[in-house]
Amino acid sequence: MGRVRRNYALTGPEREQAIADGLASASWYQTPIDRKTLKQLMARRNGPALRDTAIWFALLLATGYGGVHFWGSWLAVPFFMAYGVLYGTSCDSRWHESLHGTPFKTNWLNDALYQLASFMQLWNPVVWRWSHMRHHSDTAIVGRDREIGTMRPPAMVMKALVTGGTTLWLSYMRVLISHARGHFSPDERDFVPADQLPAATQAARVHLAIHACVFAACLWSGSILPAMLISLPRLYGIWLLMLLALPQHAGLAEDVLDHRLNSRTMLLPLPLRFIYWNMNYHLEHHMFPMVPYHALPALHACIRHDCPEPKGLIETWWELFPVLRRQLHDPDHWIDQQLPSGAGPARIGPRLLH
Amino acid sequence: MPWVAALPVDAIDADDVARWDHAGKSYAIYRTSDDAIYASDGLCTHEQAHLADGLLDGYLIACPKHNGRFDIRDGSPRRLPACVALRTYAVRVDAGVVHVNLPD
Repeated sequence: MGRVRRNYALTGPEREQAIADGLASASWYQTPIDRKTLKQLMARRNGPALRDTAIWFALLLATGYGGVHFWGSWLAVPFFMAYGVLYGTSCDSRWHESLHGTPFKTNWLNDALYQLASFMQLWNPVVWRWSHMRHHSDTAIVGRDREIGTMRPPAMVMKALVTGGTTLWLSYMRVLISHARGHFSPDERDFVPADQLPAATQAARVHLAIHACVFAACLWSGSILPAMLISLPRLYGIWLLMLLALPQHAGLAEDVLDHRLNSRTMLLPLPLRFIYWNMNYHLEHHMFPMVPYHALPALHACIRHDCPEPKGLIETWWELFPVLRRQLHDPDHWIDQQLPSGAGPARIGPRLLH
Repeated sequence: MPWVAALPVDAIDADDVARWDHAGKSYAIYRTSDDAIYASDGLCTHEQAHLADGLLDGYLIACPKHNGRFDIRDGSPRRLPACVALRTYAVRVDAGVVHVNLPD
């Protein structure tokens, strides 16, 4: 089927087609798990997230202190490299998990972490909450999911990989300013309920007011140091996130109702799993989003017999990067994930069956 | 309104929820840790996921898809993206079987 140049807009013709094809809010494949096991996996606990959040804050304080202490010398560089990753990369998984309301049993802890991490992300907490709900309802369904990070051809992603965090930081700031002015794109209006938009405007204004204070502190002190600690880590520390998060769905199928075909799990060493709060088990997360991050390795063990063989970070990128390059001129190309023998039948979806 | 036999109480674990399909509709029947029984529509009002696949915590049922939550005692939404209340039904237990009071 010779498809080229998909229209990813949530208000365009592909939206109507996705709905007509039964791809919106559809029923997705799930690996069968007995109820008792699933309940154990979904169980809420405060302990792991309290421990990991305390370690995260301690590392941020330690590396941030080192960066400030050695500011003006080259010794500050490794401290800010570490601080930037802990801030600009780790905030993404904290944002994501707390949005799902799963890391903590105590709900206000989830909400508090969500607000903090949203600020660190430079993301509007209201808009992105609804965006991510849609992403989970209609993962990689063209015309429905606005979180398709590698729209084909993936020119924007390749640009972001080349320019590091600069392109993303500028776009996040531009969007925040737009929200603060009460302007929302047609796509955003498609998934954010109208009665939530005033709260979204208010949140953007609060975030920008804090960044304005940081900017004023820079002017007052004659140094960029305050921004290095608060507003800019998302720029210089997001590079690792791009390597960890882009493979979540990149290069895989669109318009299928089976997360085994459009989501990717990677195997990572413990330090990276801490930084990324186990979101490398992304297929598992999408199939069972109520399972907290700390139970994802156990969920992985439960369902791996039914899923594609996961690869490590380098192996994944070794496979993925050539595919992204090819998609620049061949947007109809994707990786057809191979399921193991004995796996449940793939739920392909009507568009790929044509 | 007729009382309809649904599930044996023993078919529902304590602190859990079970799905019951009847006359083309899906219902969720809850058994709390202190053995109180409640019933509601079986599908989340947000996006039609089966609540019986979710997690019951006290009196709150969490939808398995987006973690929208409802109070099973009155169906009120307690966490976004759940905004619309869940319809709840009166229940009684006769001879170990949960009966649900359904509208005509």
